Amino acid sequence: MSKFARQLLPFGSLTLIICILSALKPDTFLTMENFMNVLRRSSVNGIIAIGMTSIIISAGIDLSVGSMLALSGMVGAYAMVTMGGSDPQGSALVVGTVLGGVVGIICGFLNGVLVTKLKLQPFIVTLGTMSVFRGISYVMNNGQPYNVPSYKYLGEGIVLGIPISVVIFAVIIAIAGFLLRYSRLGRYTYAIGSNRVAAFHAGVNVDRNLIYIYTFTGLLVGIASMIATSRTVSAQPTAGIALELDIIASVVIGGASLAGGRGTITGTIIGTLLISVLRNGCTLLGISTHVQLIVIGMIIILAVAVDQLARTKTREVQA
Amino acid sequence: MTTSVQSNRSDTGVALRMTGISKSFGPVQALFDVSFTVRAGTVHALVGENGAGKSTLVKILAGVYQPDEGLIEIHQKPYTFDKPEQALTVGVSMIYQDLDLAEHLTVAENVFLGNEPAGILPFTVDYKAMVKRTAELAKSFNFDIDPTAVVSELPTGDCQVAAIIKALTRKASIIVMDEPTSSLSETEVARLFEVVRRLRIKGISVIYISHRLEEIIGLADDVTVLRDGKVVHSESVTKLDIAQIIRYMVGRELTEFFPARDVKPGDVRVSVNNLSSDRRIRDISFNIRSGEIVGMAGLVGAGRTEVARAIFGVDKKASGSIVLDNKELSINSPADAISNGIALLTEDRKRTGLCLGLACSWNVTIASLGLIGMKRIINPAKENKIAADVGAQLSIKWLSPQAPVDSLSGGNQQKLLIARWLLAKSKFMIFDEPTRGIDVGAKKEVYSLLNRLAEQGKAILFISSELGELFGITDRILVMRRGRLVGNLKTSETTQEEVMHLAAVETN
Repeated sequence: MSKFARQLLPFGSLTLIICILSALKPDTFLTMENFMNVLRRSSVNGIIAIGMTSIIISAGIDLSVGSMLALSGMVGAYAMVTMGGSDPQGSALVVGTVLGGVVGIICGFLNGVLVTKLKLQPFIVTLGTMSVFRGISYVMNNGQPYNVPSYKYLGEGIVLGIPISVVIFAVIIAIAGFLLRYSRLGRYTYAIGSNRVAAFHAGVNVDRNLIYIYTFTGLLVGIASMIATSRTVSAQPTAGIALELDIIASVVIGGASLAGGRGTITGTIIGTLLISVLRNGCTLLGISTHVQLIVIGMIIILAVAVDQLARTKTREVQA
Repeated sequence: MTTSVQSNRSDTGVALRMTGISKSFGPVQALFDVSFTVRAGTVHALVGENGAGKSTLVKILAGVYQPDEGLIEIHQKPYTFDKPEQALTVGVSMIYQDLDLAEHLTVAENVFLGNEPAGILPFTVDYKAMVKRTAELAKSFNFDIDPTAVVSELPTGDCQVAAIIKALTRKASIIVMDEPTSSLSETEVARLFEVVRRLRIKGISVIYISHRLEEIIGLADDVTVLRDGKVVHSESVTKLDIAQIIRYMVGRELTEFFPARDVKPGDVRVSVNNLSSDRRIRDISFNIRSGEIVGMAGLVGAGRTEVARAIFGVDKKASGSIVLDNKELSINSPADAISNGIALLTEDRKRTGLCLGLACSWNVTIASLGLIGMKRIINPAKENKIAADVGAQLSIKWLSPQAPVDSLSGGNQQKLLIARWLLAKSKFMIFDEPTRGIDVGAKKEVYSLLNRLAEQGKAILFISSELGELFGITDRILVMRRGRLVGNLKTSETTQEEVMHLAAVETN
């Protein structure tokens, strides 16, 4: 099986699922409205998954993205409420939005510094910060959300008939795809993930590049968080619980290896869409969210198993 | 009493007889018709240069490899082993350099690992019995060790004793020790010798592999010298001296394997002054002229790689300076070293050299993306062309520059790494064991490449454990022993015997 065919696999599954759903529910599934709905839902997870892709390629992991999402949103919304009262408008919303992004950057930077300077495993570091970020989110308003009723633009706004969140998602895909493929940072990300010691011996500043990667992911979480806040016009301290699992699943379904050195933005987007379409389809077919969990869990295992099988086959052919 | 032990030792029969053993790995013949006999209750030293076939021979004995031809007899009974476990059951135990102990378990748990005495309840283990039997065994051999100590907290010497006790519980009658002293302090070495002597008194045969020849003279009864996969000499140690053993080890003809060297070394390009690092190298000073190939010899663990690591910024320097083209360099990382024109081809290609899953071209350009005009944005088409060009220059055989690097043979991978440093425009190139694990043809290409680099005026430091290649290609040879530079010799004015003597024999 060629490299190309392997990348085709998740894409093929996605197409298959879409075809099945279209046949089963042509009047509800196969509509422009539903299509936009799926894309809009995908944008928050997709933006975070793009950051996670870069981290996983570098042989790391970030379990704190869900908590980071809650914290960014809480801080952003807190700023809005503090500046603009119970129904903040205008500049308060802008400042809050920027601040949400900045919180993401700080959280990501913190993860990066802990991973590199203390030489701790990313799993442990982000397991810890996952708890810390979540705790702060709860403490901020005694476990209560901040409501920002007029903060609708990012969640509901539309340009040229396309939801703003989808546009932001597309722009981020383009930027991240370019960086990973054509920038030195992207190249070094693959090198560090493939063999960190060798990359160091080849003159790569491993620590600095890892900090960039984690910080970049933090920024993306911050952006996704503000979109999520805007969609529900409130920031919830419980937002994004167990989100990291969906995100990691999207990246892995997209063909990235948790061992590092392998993964693409395209794959991750397909992985994200796969999960979204599946969820959407299940809902349309009246399958409960509880059953959805079972289905998605099985898909994750199946996707990775098939990918691994294909990989062994390729190696046997080469050998 | 003493005499009876003595006579006993020489009279008791043969513990091990290997006859006509041959073994090849693909095109490489590692052993030719080797015959090797170990008397019961003796210490038999197995010596030879790296690649002479010592490890292959003992791995055949341990059942790790199967011989292509030949016979193994243990206590007069013939055996063929398909698996290491079978060798264990007839009393052959290997004690490898890295000891194979589970670090977080206690000595007693390690001794009985996989062989635990059952407790009263099913699926339980009788810890008390384990500790008791370990203590008994240790006592019967006069070993001083605490069975309840955790291995990771023990000094290396004690870990070796633990490994030996483990072998003894499996009723070992032949114990193979591979370079047991390479990581021991002087007092630990003395203690290990005492342990080996006690094994001998109990009638156990020890096959002792070491590069340290003075140890062999002091400890072994017999010595067998291997060279290029053949036994060149086997005799009682009392009839030999170190000089003779060295002569047997290195006595090989230099052929036209090496390129004709016609470089007149120019001015001094590199000077390393009083270099010390935390990793046991002390006060190293040497110069390399432009166009000069300077070799570095020494035993495993002498600190050669550590010198390279300290120069290249991998290890922290404790003191000392590096001057390149009259400029003192401040190097704190490989990135600093590379930007100052220093290259290091590391000794472990897979671990510290290549990013195995990634494309060949990526591996070639990684150290010089800034230099080839891709400081910010990589142009894949241009990158491929650059990689293809340098690949053609070194005649690297790859399907395409985009092929994954693990699809290449060892020799081609090595050339690819050299290509990396050519592209980085290095002025001072350090090659650490560049011909290890590659076939003869590729070796020859590496030598002529070194020669070509020297002709371009680069300063080259060539670290190698094979004296043959050091003498074939270098202008000068530095000799390391125990972290210090003990020799700086003109290649044309020295001999392999002198270098080996400096590297292997304590002078004070």
